Amino acid sequence: MAPQNDEQSPRRIAIPPRAGVGLKPEHYRTILDTNPDIGFFEVHAENYMGAGGLPHRYLSRIRDNFPLSLHGVGLSIGADRSLDRDHLKRLSELIERYQPGLFSEHLAWSTHDTAYFDDLLPVPYTAETLSRVVSHIDEVQETLGRQMLLENPSTYLAFAESTYSEIDFIAEIVRRTGCGLLLDVNNVHVAATNQQWDPIRYIDEYPLPHVQEIHLAGYTREADEKGRTLLIDTHDRPVDEIVWGLYGHTITRLGPQPTLIEWDAKIPTWTELKAEAERAEAIMFAIGRKEQSRARFG
Amino acid sequence: MQGLADRLQGFAAALLDPSLGVPPGLVGPDGEPSPKRFAVYRNNVVVGLTEVLKANFPAVCRIVGEEFFDAMARILVASEPPTSPILLEYGAGFADFIAGFEPAASLPYLPDIARIERAWMEAYHARDTPPLEAAALAAIPDRHVPSLKFSVHPSLRLVRSPFPALTIWRMNVGDGVPGPVDLAAGGDDILVVRPAAEVELRAMPPGGYEFVMALEQGQSLTEAMKTALTADPRFDLSGNIRDLVAAGTFVDCHLDQEPERMTRMK
Repeated sequence: MAPQNDEQSPRRIAIPPRAGVGLKPEHYRTILDTNPDIGFFEVHAENYMGAGGLPHRYLSRIRDNFPLSLHGVGLSIGADRSLDRDHLKRLSELIERYQPGLFSEHLAWSTHDTAYFDDLLPVPYTAETLSRVVSHIDEVQETLGRQMLLENPSTYLAFAESTYSEIDFIAEIVRRTGCGLLLDVNNVHVAATNQQWDPIRYIDEYPLPHVQEIHLAGYTREADEKGRTLLIDTHDRPVDEIVWGLYGHTITRLGPQPTLIEWDAKIPTWTELKAEAERAEAIMFAIGRKEQSRARFG
Repeated sequence: MQGLADRLQGFAAALLDPSLGVPPGLVGPDGEPSPKRFAVYRNNVVVGLTEVLKANFPAVCRIVGEEFFDAMARILVASEPPTSPILLEYGAGFADFIAGFEPAASLPYLPDIARIERAWMEAYHARDTPPLEAAALAAIPDRHVPSLKFSVHPSLRLVRSPFPALTIWRMNVGDGVPGPVDLAAGGDDILVVRPAAEVELRAMPPGGYEFVMALEQGQSLTEAMKTALTADPRFDLSGNIRDLVAAGTFVDCHLDQEPERMTRMK
């Protein structure tokens, strides 16, 4: 007879084409007490890799009431070394336990030798990096038994040795691995400003049919030594007006998509965070209606 | 052309060691080197990990002040970065680091405050399991009690300090208000455990620390009592057992010879 689990894993619930927010411990109680009308919650996988305790209790209860997506920050897919098998196993167990509707990770590296840097570090866009990233994503998808989404990075500098554009690099990863994509529109604005790219063109040329989720967040403005604007992806404030504009453009091209508000530092009140999600949803639905009427009359 | 391994090696080394300078080939949009841009990554790593330590050691931070804490934490971050992406585990070596950190030497109790906060963190994230109930222990026939052995709760941590560290910790967390403390007033043995949702800390009575250590190491109740009495003749067996069970220190008890757990005997 097959072994019985004491705790039955929940059924996987798809993430709807609505707005969600990153789940923060500061908001656990309010969410459970008020049962807000929100599309979904997303958590960082590494924050729920403790053995037990309150984080799991709260997440289980929230997972009972809302769709959940899982966002990894520590897999280091862009590293030149083998993936950390222990970490992949923990990820697999977490996915088994919570059955998130989507799982995403970054085009970045964060570990080297034994050190974990807790930052999403950039990779050179070369054939060598491409084949490493592809084999890592293959391993992740094989181990987890599901498709993962890859997120475009915020970058502050470029590598002289890069031979691919970022978009060609990402498109080739998708072609070779069959992974899906997470389009972080704030990252597009940050990277496009820092690299002097055209953000509209970036979005238009991105492999949009593979996008299954969008991220929005706030950034900080600084300048480099030559006085050029340098944007930092800080997730510590509201989404910028320019990014809302780019989001509208993205939704016009893509139709409604699960859209996450990321706010990870200087955590706002629940009301303020929820208002950001409502704004995203308003844009999503307004453009959706316009598209519908255009289809009907135009 | 530089390979990926060398590139990331150089990048990683320069992140934590500013004396290495910015690796060549990391450029701005004009193709020219831009140290300011590399500095963003350096800053993200060092400030990010410092913030992790600050979140994991709030009382240490309150005692020394934010500026001192940041300076101290940055040295640890550069010399002992995390070895795992699970950052709730970061800071296991912080107490020992503080103990060897010369500028903090005037606060001799500070490493023990860090040990308490570390124990709190470990208990908070430990595996969940229901503790042994007093009724289950009371149901065990008297003749078996002296040879009982106990399994401790996965969240149990013990901290021993020659200073009143528990008092100082309480003054520096939550709504705590710092006040005068007599450092020579004697030390604290501290029991940290999370039997359900909340982490609980309590001062242990004389001999209690040795008693729980002995039980945790697999000594029977009688053996552990002797160990505790040797350490401190004031040790009170029944009071300790009652309080420890009430605190949720154990998950079950059993006899050596008997594979079946006594708490399941009806």
